[in-house]
Amino acid sequence: MKPHDPECMDIFARLSEYLDGELSPEECAHFEKHIEGCAPCVEFVNSLKKSIQAAHGFHSPAAPEHVAPEAESRLKEAWAAALARRRES
Amino acid sequence: MDHHPDSAPGRPEAPEVAWARRLLAGDPSAFTPFVESFQARIFQYTWLMCGQREDAEEVAQETLMRVFESFDQLRDPAQVKAWVFRIAKNYCLMKRRKSVFAPARELSLDELHPDHDGDGFTLQVADEGERPDAAVLRGELGERLETALRALPDTYRSVVLLRDVEELSTAETASILDISEDNVKQRLHRGRLALRRELAGYLEAVP
Repeated sequence: MKPHDPECMDIFARLSEYLDGELSPEECAHFEKHIEGCAPCVEFVNSLKKSIQAAHGFHSPAAPEHVAPEAESRLKEAWAAALARRRES
Repeated sequence: MDHHPDSAPGRPEAPEVAWARRLLAGDPSAFTPFVESFQARIFQYTWLMCGQREDAEEVAQETLMRVFESFDQLRDPAQVKAWVFRIAKNYCLMKRRKSVFAPARELSLDELHPDHDGDGFTLQVADEGERPDAAVLRGELGERLETALRALPDTYRSVVLLRDVEELSTAETASILDISEDNVKQRLHRGRLALRRELAGYLEAVP
């Protein structure tokens, strides 16, 4: 990813669209042709992919694993009432 | 065109979609996994958006109660995750309105470019001599990621949390946040670039 190379800058600006499959096949092919021959771009693309992958698997250790029994009872009552309305309608 | 994994045809149904179908059919065995999964997800989203544990716990409880109170209105189980997060986002916003807002901050592509401030495109650990081993780096990646997510300006963080952490589609994220799909794409890209920069060094340990 060279700072003054217009093709590198284009990839830098649209890399997420490329990684998310949101570019046209022609644009995709154009990107890939450039990336194949540009080591800095390869490294940048790989590092961004890893960063996205890390976010995909993120789970905060602070998040509770279980629901309090009292809260679960109230939720079950609400669910049962909603199902009853659904059957009546 | 959106080729996000969740929207790809032929992929197995997400667990929460299967649980929602079973709950609509009255199957009680789907109740606990559905509640525990969403409680953790909503807590995490609110925890990272609001920063207060009590708020995150309350938003998770209020959202789940609202979800079950209106479960008869769930028309398409495939949309259950987006539906739940739309409700969670609204409760989260109500909590945030009661707290002090930081002014909105924009991230420019220029400041996120790897050569900005002499960062260079290569991810680096500050000192090779003090470099921890790969396992330590991988273990610390989660903590570093949480810190980096919190450091993102709100507008980018909400999009990254929904698109990359929760893996909702661009269209679902746009609908939840009431912004255009183009806006989602722009904020997502800048948020990702900022995260990548913050995770420098730790990503090298990831195969």
